[in-house]
Amino acid sequence: MQTFRTRRARLATSALLALTLATTVAACGGDDGGTTADGKIKLTVATFNEFGYEELIEEYNAMQDEVVVEQKKAGTANEHQDNLYTKLAAGSGLSDIEAIEVDWWSALMEQSDAFVDLSDPDVEGRWLDWKSEAATTPEGQLIGYGTDIGPEGMCYRSDLFEKAGLPTDREEVASLFADWDTYFETGREFVDKVPGTAWYDSSGGTAQAMINQTEYSFEDEDNTVIAADNAEVKAVFDAVTGNVADGLTTGLTQWSEDWTASFQNDGFATMACPGWMLGVIEGNADGVEGWDIANVFPGGGGNWGGSYLTVPAQGDHPEEAKALAAWLTAPEQQIKAFEAKGTFPSQVDALDDPALTGSTNAFFNDAPTGEILAERAEAVPFIAHKGPKFADINTAFQQAIQRVDEGKETPDEAWESFLADVERLG
Amino acid sequence: MSTKTEQPVGDASVTVASPTGGRPGGGRAPWRQRLALLDVKVTPYVFVSPFFLLFLLVGMFPLAYTAWVSVHDWGLLSGQGDFSGLENYRRVLEDRYFWNALRNTFSIFVLSSVPQVLIALVLAGLLDTQLRGRTLWRMSILIPFVVAPAAVALIFGNVFGDRYGLVNEALQGIGLDPIRWHVDALASHVAIASMVNWRWTGYNALIFLAAMQAVPRDLYESAALDGAGRVRQFLSITIPTIRPTLIFVVITSTIGGLQIFAEPRLFDTQGLGGSDRQYQTLTMYLWELGWRVRDLGMASAVAWLLFLIIVLFAGFNLWVSRRTGALRGGAR
Repeated sequence: MQTFRTRRARLATSALLALTLATTVAACGGDDGGTTADGKIKLTVATFNEFGYEELIEEYNAMQDEVVVEQKKAGTANEHQDNLYTKLAAGSGLSDIEAIEVDWWSALMEQSDAFVDLSDPDVEGRWLDWKSEAATTPEGQLIGYGTDIGPEGMCYRSDLFEKAGLPTDREEVASLFADWDTYFETGREFVDKVPGTAWYDSSGGTAQAMINQTEYSFEDEDNTVIAADNAEVKAVFDAVTGNVADGLTTGLTQWSEDWTASFQNDGFATMACPGWMLGVIEGNADGVEGWDIANVFPGGGGNWGGSYLTVPAQGDHPEEAKALAAWLTAPEQQIKAFEAKGTFPSQVDALDDPALTGSTNAFFNDAPTGEILAERAEAVPFIAHKGPKFADINTAFQQAIQRVDEGKETPDEAWESFLADVERLG
Repeated sequence: MSTKTEQPVGDASVTVASPTGGRPGGGRAPWRQRLALLDVKVTPYVFVSPFFLLFLLVGMFPLAYTAWVSVHDWGLLSGQGDFSGLENYRRVLEDRYFWNALRNTFSIFVLSSVPQVLIALVLAGLLDTQLRGRTLWRMSILIPFVVAPAAVALIFGNVFGDRYGLVNEALQGIGLDPIRWHVDALASHVAIASMVNWRWTGYNALIFLAAMQAVPRDLYESAALDGAGRVRQFLSITIPTIRPTLIFVVITSTIGGLQIFAEPRLFDTQGLGGSDRQYQTLTMYLWELGWRVRDLGMASAVAWLLFLIIVLFAGFNLWVSRRTGALRGGAR
């Protein structure tokens, strides 16, 4: 009797142990790839901020019945990057398609083995040359399909401009933003007349826009770090930190809670506005009337950001994922994403498509955003070089500017500690 | 392996269970006796072994492997490089951000653990009395513990916003200067510590409460007869009696406090601990090295240094708790 009971207990214990192990294993493997209950292949697409893919994914799910697509959205690019690095290092857990931002693109190009070669005769010539060249390894593999680019216009609050006695019409406003000096000068006029409201959203965002207009900022052609001795970088730093005392900036960091809240509190009047930022502004400033976009950018043109879709080699369904990535980045689809969230196409055929050039944005006072951003894209003289250390040094640069914003350091002290940080990053 | 050791155990237990049943044969007895002896000696270890086997796998192995990584050049994405001896440790100890992180960790640890344990003690003392609706009160102090840290960070992010936060708007409403929660080091530590305290105080209070329930009630009665008031009873009876639990809570909150990560990490969107790393803790520093700078070798060195610091601190805490406990409960 006793033996029997012991055996029963032992059986139960081993069963419990087996169950625990099984659940743990299932919990580990449950997230990636695989199939759905009804036998379809499940594909995941990991993006950040706003890609405008919500309706496209529904459309894709409806038009075929082999795969079911799901989107995983990260709130910020940083968060997405952390997740990507962690799972890339672990060798598992990535989504079937991972979006990658251009700022950390070259750090990942060094790990090109971790991604599926996506080159295909069908997609040749689909993108602007520089966009696809940047995604091609020296061996000729295409690692990512271009999604959007970030040609910048200037977004502004026409209602606040009116309060300050500035012109509000987007043609007239353009002359106020001709170059950075004029832009800052107008800002000083503005903050005198409208106390409590800053001129631009953040020092960091403005500095980022200016760094993007510098062909070689932190690294030179051979990816040697030149940030410390580059006069152009110092000039950006001086210009932005020099505006702090005049109250041109909100002093907030982009993507912080206070920054998001400042859209609702008349926190600022203008901001550098790449296409993908339109969706962000519309979301944060929901219910605020008066936003508009001018067809101009200080100092010529500038490109800020833009992304790629990659297929990590660790996924279970590379073929299906590649087909989905190709479909999502086709010109017709990118135009729809643009209409949804303002992500401006990097695809050649999309650029003169009437669906793009004729598109307007109701939130931005019915501005012809398609036409404006297409012209902004043409005004971009070159694409800034971003090596493997760009994102790391840029973070330190942004933090140095933030320290001046917060009054923790004088501009000189902040520059010195930035140099120490660059030294530390090697 | 398991069947071999367990099989005789099962059979032997029958014999042990009926020792008065008489010994069947003369020659077999020593063998069975030896088995029984083996059973008594080995069985307990067999029964506790699953934990230690698991601990070896998920506790010791990572510790040893981290030590292995820490003496190599090791990139997050590029993997293992050359053996580098103690170079990673030297680089960490020379990095000013390491010392900065150490300072922040201690500051946040003191600001969180000390009030947390004290408030939990008082709360538990109050809950140990004859309150109306006791279960409701006891359950409700655990509610903060059930909320996910990320959600806590989100809520407190709005409370402690520099410009549009709840606290600052209230302060400005009564004519005071707003506090720069994300800028001033001390203010940020207070904000983060309050997040930690909010989450853990109730949990610790429940542990204290469980220990207090076990204190014999007649001790209080005789103390009351001797004229001891509530506070006197609490200090002279409750605290000395629950000393083992007190030590346990102090040690676990020390470990937790020194490893604090989620709250400061989610205190802003960058996750680096502020523009000047005002609230970057050691675990955040480790994470920055490993995942932002992508140097796993240095990150592992930090992990080992943190481990040593925690061992030192837990030992120190144990010593202090024992000393003070021994002084107060001298009679025991």
